[in-house]
Amino acid sequence: MRYLVLRRLMQCGILALFAANTWILKGNLSASRLFNTIPLSDPFAALQVFLASLHVEITALLGALLVLCVYGLFLGRAFCAWVCPVNMIVDFAAWVRRKLQFRGVHLGLPKNLRYILLALSLILSFALATPAFESVSFIGVVQRGIILGTASWLIVALLLFCVDAFLGDKIICSKLCPLGAFYALTSRYALLKIKHDAMRCTKCELCWEICPERQVLWMVGLKSVSVNSGECTRCGRCIEVCEDDALGFSILDLKGSFKKKDLG
Amino acid sequence: MMQRRAFLQTALKGALLCGSGGAFLAAMLKAKHSKDSYALRPPGAEDEERFLSLCIRCGLCVKDCPYNTLKLATLLDHAKVGTPFFEARKVPCYLCPDIPCIKACPTSALDKKHLEKNQGVGSLKMGVAVVDPISCVAFWGIRCDVCYRVCPLIDRAIKLENKHNERTGKHAYMLPMVQNDVCVGCGLCERACITKEPAIRVLPVAFVSGKVGNHYVKGWDAKDQERVKDAKPNTLNPKTDNPLDYLNKGL
Ligand code: SF4
Ligand code: SF4
Ligand code: SF4
Ligand code: SF4
Ligand code: SF4
Repeated sequence: MRYLVLRRLMQCGILALFAANTWILKGNLSASRLFNTIPLSDPFAALQVFLASLHVEITALLGALLVLCVYGLFLGRAFCAWVCPVNMIVDFAAWVRRKLQFRGVHLGLPKNLRYILLALSLILSFALATPAFESVSFIGVVQRGIILGTASWLIVALLLFCVDAFLGDKIICSKLCPLGAFYALTSRYALLKIKHDAMRCTKCELCWEICPERQVLWMVGLKSVSVNSGECTRCGRCIEVCEDDALGFSILDLKGSFKKKDLG
Repeated sequence: MMQRRAFLQTALKGALLCGSGGAFLAAMLKAKHSKDSYALRPPGAEDEERFLSLCIRCGLCVKDCPYNTLKLATLLDHAKVGTPFFEARKVPCYLCPDIPCIKACPTSALDKKHLEKNQGVGSLKMGVAVVDPISCVAFWGIRCDVCYRVCPLIDRAIKLENKHNERTGKHAYMLPMVQNDVCVGCGLCERACITKEPAIRVLPVAFVSGKVGNHYVKGWDAKDQERVKDAKPNTLNPKTDNPLDYLNKGL
């Protein structure tokens, strides 16, 4: 529960700070100003803008590099679990799906769809001279809607909820979202990792059950290595459900980043 | 028991999916047919293509505008979702001398060139004001010069033209005439207009301005007249040209 509460506080706190619109934080998740001076921008959005306009503005570039460094070097794909408001919607959908035991339809979406969509967003941004994913971004609609206090974003929120609750398990974040894919690619070598201790693991598979990106937990019960995939959102859910203390956050596990998936 | 549960599940799923899908569609349709199907952009965004390629949709311009002029488009607005625009009749752009919206923009989607010294707000071009002579009471012969007086470029962007009023025989019309090349499109006139629906409106430049083809030459301009020298005759081809449209063929 600890991390869950912390995550919700963090997610809501950031949105509240944006909505309050004080000198502390201005703008929204696409780009903003911290303490009225430090620029921050969504590196993926900035990349699309650069490709679309072939113009590099120093403020946007600095902001993007800053955010990219924080996630790429330290926090990994934590944006998805700790900042993105869509996370609350899909978590709710997953909860409903579990509670009501919807097995339902399984859309046979390709495993790497999000990476294809990521590439597509970049190519289309260049070809259409407009930031392609930003033009249709459900994250954009939701976060702006909450921050600006409008209502029409609820339509999109409901749609996202329905997709994840009824059309299949974890479709939005691990199949469709190019921003998540972007952070997954850039988070491979971030310092913050989930450490797994195979000696303690009783193979109850609870972590497996709860993890939104369960493929990253391939080592559970098999090998004492850290979760080394960039796809891990550092949500800490696995840590919370593990009753045998086999999982925990760790930093400075540099070796973990380079371990291969060889179980031979 | 199990059957009823399965049935309820299907019904719930169906209803929610249809509901959200339908609402989404309705929202899109509403946006398409909204009454003002054009968007006035913030200062410095005159080139819509350039603007759309650069805007990261952060709303920093919105947040720094002291008059709350700007708004980020939601799904229900006509402008591209997430991009800033304003509705002059609600809140016009008051042409802040330091143009804070442009200063705030991190991607220069709002062109920083307007911040340079001796540029000033006169270089902006958010749109062009257009007068509807049917509903403008000045064209009825009633005295109203509200737009003229409220215009920050008074007597430059709108001039008053005097004309004899034949109806009364002894009065003058004072007609507001927008100078398209001077008007910056701030919308102060649209905001101030006294008629129920504004008789003067700001439209994006692309909705208003025309373009003269190359084959019209200003005969009274010695330099322009030069161009006649290497002009080619422009004759109709009976096979390919529509004789009904011959006056502006080949444009
Ligand atoms: S995958 Fe995308 S939608 Fe999901 S949490 Fe990450 S950024 Fe948000
Ligand atoms: S491995 Fe753990 S921290 Fe990483 S995404 Fe899965 S549950 Fe979250
Ligand atoms: S110039 Fe001033 S009033 Fe006009 S949109 Fe910018 S900040 Fe607002
Ligand atoms: S500040 Fe610039 S990038 Fe941000 S919404 Fe306004 S125009 Fe777009
Ligand atoms: S929009 Fe109206 S008030 Fe503004 S410059 Fe043009 S004529 Fe003047």
